[in-house]
Amino acid sequence: MQYSKKVLQHFTKPHNQGVMKNPSGVGMVGNPVCGDLMKIYISVKKDKQKGEYIKDIKFETLGCASAIATSSMVTDLAKGKTIEEAMEITRNDVADALDGLPPIKMHCSNLADEALHEAIKDYRKSLIKN
Amino acid sequence: MTKPIYLDYAATTPVDKEVLQAMLPYFCENFGNAMSIHSFGQEAMQAVDQARQNMADFFSCTPSEVIFTSGATESNNLAVKGVLKAYYAQASKNLLKPHIITSLFEHHCVLDSVRAVEKEGLAEVTYLRPDKNGLVRVTDLEKAIQSNTIFISIMYVNNEIGTVQPIGKIGKLVKKINTTRGAQVFPIVFHTDATQAINYFDCHVETLGVHLLSMSAHKIYGPKGVGALYIKKGTPIRKVQDGGDQEYKMRAGTHNVTGIVGLGKAIELVQKNQAKENKKIQLLRDHLIEKVLTEIPQVRLNGSKTHRSPNNTNFSFASVEGEGLLLSLDMEQISCSTGSACSSGALSASHVLLSIGLRPEEAHGSLRMTIGKFTTKAEINTTVKKLKIILTRLRKISGSVLDEYYAKK
Repeated sequence: MQYSKKVLQHFTKPHNQGVMKNPSGVGMVGNPVCGDLMKIYISVKKDKQKGEYIKDIKFETLGCASAIATSSMVTDLAKGKTIEEAMEITRNDVADALDGLPPIKMHCSNLADEALHEAIKDYRKSLIKN
Repeated sequence: MTKPIYLDYAATTPVDKEVLQAMLPYFCENFGNAMSIHSFGQEAMQAVDQARQNMADFFSCTPSEVIFTSGATESNNLAVKGVLKAYYAQASKNLLKPHIITSLFEHHCVLDSVRAVEKEGLAEVTYLRPDKNGLVRVTDLEKAIQSNTIFISIMYVNNEIGTVQPIGKIGKLVKKINTTRGAQVFPIVFHTDATQAINYFDCHVETLGVHLLSMSAHKIYGPKGVGALYIKKGTPIRKVQDGGDQEYKMRAGTHNVTGIVGLGKAIELVQKNQAKENKKIQLLRDHLIEKVLTEIPQVRLNGSKTHRSPNNTNFSFASVEGEGLLLSLDMEQISCSTGSACSSGALSASHVLLSIGLRPEEAHGSLRMTIGKFTTKAEINTTVKKLKIILTRLRKISGSVLDEYYAKK
């Protein structure tokens, strides 16, 4: 299995890793059968010009090197983006930003975008409730 | 730079220098084709004969019962498919569909061979589930035997968890049934894949009661690409590879003379050093198991602790995935193996670990460390030290996602 340098960097020193207290939204995807579970926390703030944007983001991931690296990368990509922009982030964007993933990893452990989208949906749902 | 630590002896072993020395003359000087009648050929054939004799000494059989192959995968394919071919070659026109018994945690080359003949409609198959300690129960096997059972294949030592199967007991059972069947009926042919057993266990074929036994040279400090199948005299089996008359017409193809010489030397060294090496390796293995189980939290040893190969450890670490673990260890120059799907290129976790009842995440979080005759205590201590640091890091990244996942379910 050949990983790019970037994948290995994000695997060994992931960005935005950890738990967030009082997040605006949380998204968890994956299942133990495949071996990957990813959880993304977002803190959404409002800005007069940008509107709602992701001020802070954290992740926790149980999974292989590419699961951890893609989680780390998606937090980098999403941080500071408006939630509309963040909803547009795809798994290909994540893979490209990591200088590619081995083909077999494209599907099984590249779920970070979904976790992000789930967190945003969770945030939107909480708005409706309140 | 520190020396890399190799803890994957169940995957393959380095060639012993003595083995290499024995092989060298057969590359450029004594390069003859063992089937040629001139002196070059005779010299090569003599070397092949000597290797065959060494094999026969080790297995306590006659040299003509040893067939050299390209390795255990070929031997296992020949065993399964060759016996089935012999069954269908019988004169009787009203042949029942034959029945095969094997276990769920055989090596893929046995399982896939059996599945292939099952899929072609040539046989029906019972796959025995081992118990949670990784042992096939003889009582389960006895219950599975039918009047049309003609082939049983149970591995001697499991390659992932190192558990030792009751081959001798199964051999006795098969012998008893074959005696009552009588000579007119197709017998039950008992095959064992002994690839992981050769280094450490009694492989006298009469004690084991096997008709067929497979092995590979590269697991016993010999070269890759060569192995053998023991075929008890009189066993109904047909060749599956056509061509020349090599190997008593059981396996066509020019002899891999250098490889066969290497295998012959490797098996000679096993026989000579087995008792001494076993003890040393088992002590190291026990040290490793104890250290991991006492110094690392949330860990389990997979497979029986007592019915276990002296060189094998297999652990599952909670809230960790094996590929990341393996990669992190590799960055520290420590080489091991895992039952995680992600490391193999396959899409599911180890069939061995799942067969003994592990949950998928436990199988994904597994680490196999297998030691060998060049492993040192210092290497084991370094490994456990690094392992602890790596596990702490990976467990911090995974947090409590697994518990949360199950809490939501």
